[in-house]
Amino acid sequence: MFAEYNLVMAQAVGKRVLPGFGLSLGYTLVYLSLIVLIPLSAVFINAASMPWNEFWQVVSSPQVVSSYRVSFLTSLLAALINSFFGLLIAWSLVRYNFFGKRLVDALIDLPFALPTAVAGITLSALYAKNGWIGSLFAPLGIKIAFTPLGILIALTFIGLPFVVRTIQPVLQELSLEFEEAAATLGATRWQAFSRVVLPALLPAMLTGFALAFARAVGEYGSVIFIAGNVPMVSEITPLLIITHLEQFDVAGATAIATVMLVVSFSLLLIINGLQHWASSRKRYLTGEDVA
Amino acid sequence: MSGMVGGIQAYHGAELYELSPATREPKWARYTILGLSLTFFAIFLLMPLLAVFVEALRKGWDVYWQAITNPDTGAAIRLTLLAAAIAIPLNVVFGVAAAWCISKFEFRGKQLLITLIDLPFSVSPVVAGLVYVLVFGAHGWFGEWLSEHNIKIIFAVPGIVLATIFVTFPFVARELIPLMQAQGTDAEEAAVSLGASGWQTFWRVTLPSIKWGLLYGVILCNARAMGEFGAVSVVSGHLRGQTTTLPLHVEILYNEYQFAAAFAVASLLALLALVTLGIKLFIEWKSA
Repeated sequence: MFAEYNLVMAQAVGKRVLPGFGLSLGYTLVYLSLIVLIPLSAVFINAASMPWNEFWQVVSSPQVVSSYRVSFLTSLLAALINSFFGLLIAWSLVRYNFFGKRLVDALIDLPFALPTAVAGITLSALYAKNGWIGSLFAPLGIKIAFTPLGILIALTFIGLPFVVRTIQPVLQELSLEFEEAAATLGATRWQAFSRVVLPALLPAMLTGFALAFARAVGEYGSVIFIAGNVPMVSEITPLLIITHLEQFDVAGATAIATVMLVVSFSLLLIINGLQHWASSRKRYLTGEDVA
Repeated sequence: MSGMVGGIQAYHGAELYELSPATREPKWARYTILGLSLTFFAIFLLMPLLAVFVEALRKGWDVYWQAITNPDTGAAIRLTLLAAAIAIPLNVVFGVAAAWCISKFEFRGKQLLITLIDLPFSVSPVVAGLVYVLVFGAHGWFGEWLSEHNIKIIFAVPGIVLATIFVTFPFVARELIPLMQAQGTDAEEAAVSLGASGWQTFWRVTLPSIKWGLLYGVILCNARAMGEFGAVSVVSGHLRGQTTTLPLHVEILYNEYQFAAAFAVASLLALLALVTLGIKLFIEWKSA
């Protein structure tokens, strides 16, 4: 009894036994404010000082609205493609042995490590009509580079590791007992997958999807080289911020950036919610609560 | 946003699943899944990686060598190294401080703080560059004061460094926070109760136990710092040989239709990516 009491007391007080709380928290808050929070607030403060109709005119102009559509649709499609293939790849990496597995596993992170500009020019070269892949589609009359299809390719490239790396650890830790129980109860392999494994992976899949989508919406470097940047057809929203800046229209750029930040922050909230759900799900499914 | 998915993990082998029919797919299903996975991998990851080097050497070694020994390329390499050399230590100090207060103490608003630290990952790189234009640009908050004192931040090197710090801000912190949270406070408390000072405790107890996680954060931070394009592009001004980093130099060469040279410089960045992935593997193996 007393030992338990002492332990609890020590834990309650112990958190402050260590030195450096004030210094480390203070430094963290100052640095965070100077580098991130104050500069980011400049976008909202500057936007708030714009007359409303001027702001609205910029963010609802046909060219900008068309860029929302392009960015949203290509990001959505890319995240969907990544969710499907990301699941297959994560499954292969966790459940199968095959030649070159370690190499595949290591290279999944390539889009994180490869600078976006390098990805951009390389994908344009591959999918141009004389490129390795583009030349296969050119005879069919399909143009990939310099069309919205090219944007889709670039966004698929950069989004893949988000999905794989979110699903892979969950699949790895998923207790086998659930599938064995399903099999014992007479479920086919497909039933066990679709009714037992898939629901367990759902939070991770949604998180991966949202992460890939969020990254795609803001992506710039890998897209602009392959997009062709045709107004009303293949212009993404971040490009329009650059276009406004190049015309010394900082206010216009700020207005579009405000819309983008609101979208980013909403996605961040959704992702945080999904991760919370995923981690509470994981505790149950890996058997931590069961045991 | 746990985007740059980190976390060093140890995996058990796939044999586990292949033992029992309950967790094993029929052969045809297995080959279909593997086939689709590897085809997608080959088209989307392997081919671009090969293409960088093939395109770089398309006009032969001479052109390649000329491109990477060109004085403008040299200047771009130096600026890229400089930006990384400033951004990484600053973000390491911040990451350690943030992880220390978050993992070793309880306080209100901790979850909010963790979310705010991740903020730069969810902001578009272009917006990351723009925010500094709004603060330090000619018409920005400090624009007038800076021009009176003849200080240039935007379209100059300080702007590039700031943008680099912003986009790499969370890397070290987000690697260390979960690691140090999992380690708890027992070892440090023991050290302090035995009479060690705060710094001694940090250097001799905490640091040795987080060194791999720290290195992991640093190499991810470095890869992004040297490869950042969007944010740096907004604040650079693209003055050849002066305010162009390696990725911006690639863009300039590419837009001038010097494709072989652009890919030659790009191949240096691709090598950096491969080295990064190699070190990452090494750390995972070392700390598994």
